[in-house]
Parts: sequence; structure tokens; C-alpha cells
Amino acid sequence: MPNAMTPGLVPERLDPQEIRDNFADLHPPLSEHQAHVAADRCYFCYDAPCVTACPTAIDIPLFIRQIATGRPEDAGRTIFEQNILGGMCARVCPTENLCEGACVREIAEGEPVQIGLLQRHATDSVMARQGHPFVRSAPTGRHVAVVGGGPAGMACAHRLAMKGHEVTVYEARPKPGGLNEYGIAAYKTVDDFAAREVDWLLGIGGITIETGRALGEDLTLAELVEGHDAVFLGLGLGGVNALNAPGSDMTGVEPAVHFIERLRQAEEKATLPVGRNVVVIGGGMTAVDAAVQSKLLGAASVTLAYRKGREAMPASRWEQDLAASKGVQLVFDVSPVEIRGNGAVTEIAFTHPESEAPVLMQADQVLLAIGQRLAGDQGLAREGAKIAVTGPGRTSLEKVWAGGDCAAGGDDLTVTAVANGRDAAEDIHASLTAGG
Amino acid sequence: MADLTTDFLGIRSPNPFWLASAPPTDKEYNVRRAFDAGWGGVVWKTLGEEGPPVVNVNGPRYGAIYGADRRLLGLNNIELITDRPLEVNLREMKAVKRDYPDRALIASIMVPCEEEAWRKILPLVEETGADGIELNCGCPHGMSERGMGSAVGQAPDLIEMITRWCKQMTRMPVIVKLTPNITDVRGPARAAKAGGADAVSLINTINSITSVDLDNFSPQPTIDGKGTHGGYCGPAVKPIAMNMVAEIARDAETHGLPISGIGGITTWRDAAEFMALGCGNVQVCTAAMTYGFKIVDEMKRGLSGWMDEKGYASVSDFVGRAVPNVTDWQYLNLNYVTKARIDQDLCIKCGRCYAACEDTSHQAIAMKPGRVFEVKDDECVACNLCVDVCPVEDCITMTELDAGTVDERTGRVVEGEYANWTTHPNNPSAQAAE
Ligand SMILES: Cc1cc2nc3c(=O)[nH]c(=O)nc-3n(C[C@H](O)[C@H](O)[C@H](O)COP(=O)(O)O)c2cc1C
Repeated sequence: MPNAMTPGLVPERLDPQEIRDNFADLHPPLSEHQAHVAADRCYFCYDAPCVTACPTAIDIPLFIRQIATGRPEDAGRTIFEQNILGGMCARVCPTENLCEGACVREIAEGEPVQIGLLQRHATDSVMARQGHPFVRSAPTGRHVAVVGGGPAGMACAHRLAMKGHEVTVYEARPKPGGLNEYGIAAYKTVDDFAAREVDWLLGIGGITIETGRALGEDLTLAELVEGHDAVFLGLGLGGVNALNAPGSDMTGVEPAVHFIERLRQAEEKATLPVGRNVVVIGGGMTAVDAAVQSKLLGAASVTLAYRKGREAMPASRWEQDLAASKGVQLVFDVSPVEIRGNGAVTEIAFTHPESEAPVLMQADQVLLAIGQRLAGDQGLAREGAKIAVTGPGRTSLEKVWAGGDCAAGGDDLTVTAVANGRDAAEDIHASLTAGG
Repeated sequence: MADLTTDFLGIRSPNPFWLASAPPTDKEYNVRRAFDAGWGGVVWKTLGEEGPPVVNVNGPRYGAIYGADRRLLGLNNIELITDRPLEVNLREMKAVKRDYPDRALIASIMVPCEEEAWRKILPLVEETGADGIELNCGCPHGMSERGMGSAVGQAPDLIEMITRWCKQMTRMPVIVKLTPNITDVRGPARAAKAGGADAVSLINTINSITSVDLDNFSPQPTIDGKGTHGGYCGPAVKPIAMNMVAEIARDAETHGLPISGIGGITTWRDAAEFMALGCGNVQVCTAAMTYGFKIVDEMKRGLSGWMDEKGYASVSDFVGRAVPNVTDWQYLNLNYVTKARIDQDLCIKCGRCYAACEDTSHQAIAMKPGRVFEVKDDECVACNLCVDVCPVEDCITMTELDAGTVDERTGRVVEGEYANWTTHPNNPSAQAAE
């Protein structure tokens, strides 16, 4: 039986049950009583800062008051009106940077209202019900193509379907959901929540999903524009940035997103091989998710190596502390210059501003979380490496909208993608019904 | 350590905390435990006539109002007087008093308004060694339908009559327990005094329906689909009780009549406030029913700690101290001008003061960029609503304008002299100041 110290990439470093426990819900849901107590802490602020801080502008004081007055399902509806993926956002939003970070009680006491958990309480109570909470308008006869079944695409599809349009979602992968299904740490979305959420969302009707359909492979933008009244691109960032250092092609080195994807799709996490000494290179949420999950799989040592200082790290302080609490070591100001080994990685050399000699770290697994980029060329104007958009997601091409991570201006958050998809859908709807 | 000993109508007790007549005092077992826990006295659960005792409902008899964490804020009950035989209660009272001679034991009594009924029961009570009697003129449900309890408390002539009988028939001090279910509590208090009462106690419970079941549309507590009004008590009733106490304490006719304060007393501070309004002692029911007898520890320690801090050697040093400061509206100083002040360092920018003032009051708070909230002195009428809705203690305070400064709202110079409505030029019946 392997254990934490077994060298190389091996599965079952811990007892399978222990691994299952490790991947349990990070924040267990609130009980009804806990939700009442938590809701009572909300001050019902005027022009509430939490709403301003929410990319989807959920009326947070209202939904919390609805929980407090015994109407959690109505609270859920208030959330879903603004954000149809409010269930996932309740689980994965970096609330410490958004609503809870803006909560006046965070500023006053360092103890915000538990908005994320309350949102989960409300959305869960709606989703536990039979049926879908919204009713579709009469069919308009218009047909919209949505490329990408991630948060942006699904939010867009839902809003369009609700308005009575017919929607086909073209999804390259075997399942819809995008990063909710394939990215994001498993302990943030347990019990197959991403898939359940998509199923629930489809309850609106009028949405068809075609999986295994990728733009640039068996689909072209021209065909889509030709065959539909409008097109929304929610492509995400399919490409991964390469590490510009010798040795990055060695066995044991791979993009963190691939590692996370395998993890998310594994029925039994204990079957996944993980290194004894894992080094994750990067400083965003993906880096933290990869590092923490390596540790939960039983790696003896996991190091998160970031090229700048703590303050510059894109992952929030809360995420950093979560990693540290799980036993991940955070190392700052280190840039990888060489990955060494003999076919399989054994160590990495970093530079550090205060060290003349390179800093060496042992590693039998290296996960690269140094950013993703837009894959393929859609023939659209770009802003930087992303699709340029104006207003609610209009691209350089008429009839084509874009949103989520593939579009310029976003912040790579699920909640922002949802806002983009929703707003583009409203704009598409307006343009389809204009003058008519 | 301050001395908590109280002498109420010559009845001495080691502290001013008595248990009110209610379930906590309904039997020997409870009362012994209460005395062991340190309560200064008890008013035994109300006794009725000899004979078959009253019966209670066999479904729920309480309803409650809660705060978010299920903190009990108000309790409602439809319980009647004791449902145990008179002789059992009397026997137990005698045994308890014998074993706890230093504690006050008061018998609460409710019998029909017939002289004979009182003549029968009083000697039996006297024989127990009880220190006094309390006439229950307050129970607002059930018993009132039978012409007793609040039905008596709402008819001053009946109060006077039964009080007089009791004073004639017994040597025991007589406390008349008043109902709050009346427009002006001074009427019943004056009647009690006229009948010769040694003291009044108040309040009994307030007619109430705590909630309605929205599935079957019945008031709660629900007995087989129906409900009836109950009596409300607990923290929620304290302000109502204190006003009634103050009305009696400052009334020219009843001023000086000893008062035993009851209604929502939950902490030492509540007790101190009642006593400052003129109560010689206090009685507690709901707080004990919610938390058990042990709360008296907090009450005793809190009261004596506060008295030490203030330099009061005994409770009589502060009883009634607030009474002279309770006055009529017409005598309030209209030249006392204050303005709200927001402490920007304490402000957490929730905007509740703004919403309250802008939507519902005087538009006297400005919301500036960066969620900075500032009082507009030219609009502020000093109503205090912002202070009351602000979640941060002392963040908003009312500060007095010094005499000689200009009130920006009225444009008038603040005058130093006291002036009230009776002399105000807008008052059609104003008298010229002498
Ligand atoms: C269940 C219950 C039964 C009561 N029974 C009596 C009673 O028999 N006689 C009486 O004078 N008051 C009775 N009361 C009223 C209390 O003595 C007291 O006046 C009232 O509850 C207000 O005090 P509190 O707010 O501390 O509870 C009863 C109160 C309750 C809650």
C-alpha cells in the first residue's frame, strides 16, 4: 500500500474513506435555525454595499429578509431573477472579495453577514422543490446559438429561453457546465452539484444542448451566424499558458486545470495518482484549488510557488489561509527557471530576489497554474488576448455577442460570467424584438 | 456590599426579588427550590374558594413571541388560578413558611365578590402564617368571565369594596394586584387606596393574541382549532408596566402608596428601573419560567454591584428617585434644543439613519459620496429616530445646543430659560408667564 512518503505519482496515498471525507463540503449548509440567526445579523442597509459589490447585483438585503421572515423559497427566487446560477455562486464566489467583503459588519467587526451561506440556503430550498421556478414566455420563433455551456453560456441560454426564444447550446466537452463541471475545487461543489444545477436550469424548456460540438472543429462562426438569429460566444479559455522554462515537457509536469478536471470527473478520488512532493506554480484560485486538492489526496508536501509577493497574489487572503490551513506551504517571490529530472521531474530551480544561487525544490509533480488563454481564432476583433466587446457583450460582428472569460473586461469569475451571459441575452432579446 | 434587605409593608425579605403569583409558586416543591435558590419572597399561586378546584385546558396554554435566536420576548397564557385543592395549598404554605421564616410568603387570593366568600377564606390563609395577602384583580381570561380577576380590576367600586372587606377581616397587610387592561390605571389604584389597601402590585397580564396559525386560521395557543385571548407578559410588557407604575407613583391621590412592581422584569437593571419609579420591591414570573430560578443570582449580584458603584447602602436610597422626573408633556422644556451628531469614526456606513430620516422623517441626513452620512442641522428636529435605528451604540448621539447659539432649523437663538407649552404663544389657552 502506498503512503504519503511513497515516491513518484501514486494513487491511494490515504485510505479511500479518508480521502472521501477530505473532499466533503467545505462549508456545510446552514440549518433553518442557523439561517434565521444568520439572517438576523443583516442590517438591511440603505443602497447596500453588498449589492453594489455583487457582479449580478442580487438584492441581498431583500433575500435575507425573506429568509428571516420564513420565505426561503421566495428568497431563492429573488436571487435567481438576477443570477440563475445563484446556487453555484453561493458555493464558489470569493464572497470575501465581493458581497461579504463589502458588508458593513465586515468593516465594523471583521464578521460579515454570512451572505454566501444564506444564498445557498435560499437557492437550495428552491432547487429541492419539484419543477422550475420560472415560466417560459410564448415561443417567438427566433433561434439563438450559444457556444459554450459554461456559466456565461448557460445564463445566456436560460434568459433567452425565458423570453421565448429557442436556444441551442454547442458544448465541446462531453458534459455542459464549463468550469463549474470541470474546474473549481471538488469540495466547493459536492454531490455532482454542477450537473444537477444544469439539469435544473434546463427545466425552463426551449434549450437543446449538443455536446461534442466545438467551434473551429465541426462548427464555424459563419455557419452559426447563417443558421441562427443570433450567436452568443461563451467559450471560456480553452488554452493553457506554457511555462517558459526548460524541462517543462517532463513527465509529472502538467497544467493544473487538467489535474483538476481529472479530479472533478473521478468517481473515486482515491484512484487518482498524486506526487509525494507537489509544487504548484501560480497564484490564482486555480493554483490554490490544485494545491489544496493535492494535499487532500495525501501528498506529503505541497508548495504553492508564486512569482510575486503575497499582496499581489490574485487568490484572496481567505483562499491563501484556506491553503495554509490544509497544510500547503506558500512561497512568494520565486520564478521557475528550470525543471530538472531524467525524463520525470525531480526538482525545480527558482530564482529569488534575495538568493544568488537558484532555490531548489524537490518535486515529483508540478502543476502549472499560470493562466489560461482563449483558444482558436474566431475572426473577431480582439482586445489583448480576448474578444473585444462593447456594452452588453457586442462583438465586432453583427449578430454575435460574447461574454464570460473569453471576452475582454471580465475578472474570470463565475458570477461575472453569469452577469455577462444574462446581459447579453437581454440585449439579444432587445435586438430580436426591436421594431417587430 | 450593599444591603439588599427590603421591608415592604413591614414584611422583611433578604432581597427585593419576589416570585409573582404564577406556576413557579404553585406548590411547595417549587417554592422550596426557589427559596433555596435565593429568592427573597413568593406570592403563592392564586387560591380560589374551597370546594372543587378550577380546571385548566388540557391543550397548550402558552403562546410566545421570539427574537431571531428564539429568545423569548413575550409570553401569553390562558392558565387559570391554582387548580389544586385549597387545603393542599394551605397546608404546603404553612410548611414552607415554617421552614423559611426569613422569606416573604404572600397568599394571592381570588374569590367571588361576596363578603361571605372572603370571610371564609381569610382566616384559613391567616392560619398558615402567611405574611400578607394579594388580591388578584388582574387575571384577564377565564376567571374574568366568571366575574372575578380583571372583571373586578376594571370596576373600581368592586376593588374598593373587596379591599375594605379584607382590611376589616384580617390583620395581614393587603396588596391589591391591578390589571393593565384598563384605560387609566389611576382609577383602580385610587379605589384600592380608598378601600384601605396597604399597597398595590402591577401589572398582571395584558389581553393578547400572540399569533395566528395561517394554515388553519386559529389564534394561538390553539385548543382544537379555537383560541381565546391570553395574558401577555415577559420582556415585551415592561414599558407598559413601568408607565403604569409611574402614573400611580406620581398621582397626587396615590403618591406614597407602596408599589410592588411586576411586568417583564428579567435582569437586575429592569428591577432597578422599576424601583427607581417607586416600587418598594419587584415580582418576577416570565424570566423565572424561561431561565429557571437561578437567574436571581444575576439579579442580586447585579443590583448590589450597581448599588456599590453608586454608593447606595440600601434599596431605600434609590427607590422612587425617578418619580419626580416623570412629568406631563406640557411641562417639558421647549427651549431644550438638541441636534443629532454622527461620529464618523464609529459609523459603519449602513445608511439606516439615512433611510429612516429620508423616507419617514425630516430629510435631515445627507448621504455624501463614499457613503458619508451627515446631519443637516437646518432640518434636524432632534427626533432621535436615527439614534434608535443605528446599529452602533453611541455612534449617533443628541447634543444640546448651548443657550445663545442659533438653531439653524428655526433661525432662532436658543434661550437659556425653561419654557413649556403652557406658556407657548401657539397654545390657545396659554397663560402669560408670571
Ligand atoms: C402562566 C401564568 C400564570 C399566571 N397566573 C397568575 C395567577 O394565578 N395569579 C396572578 O395574580 N397572576 C398570575 N400571572 C401573572 C404574573 O403573576 C405576572 O403578573 C405577569 O406574568 C407579569 O410578570 P412577568 O412579565 O414577569 O411574567 C400568571 C402569569 C403566567 C405567565
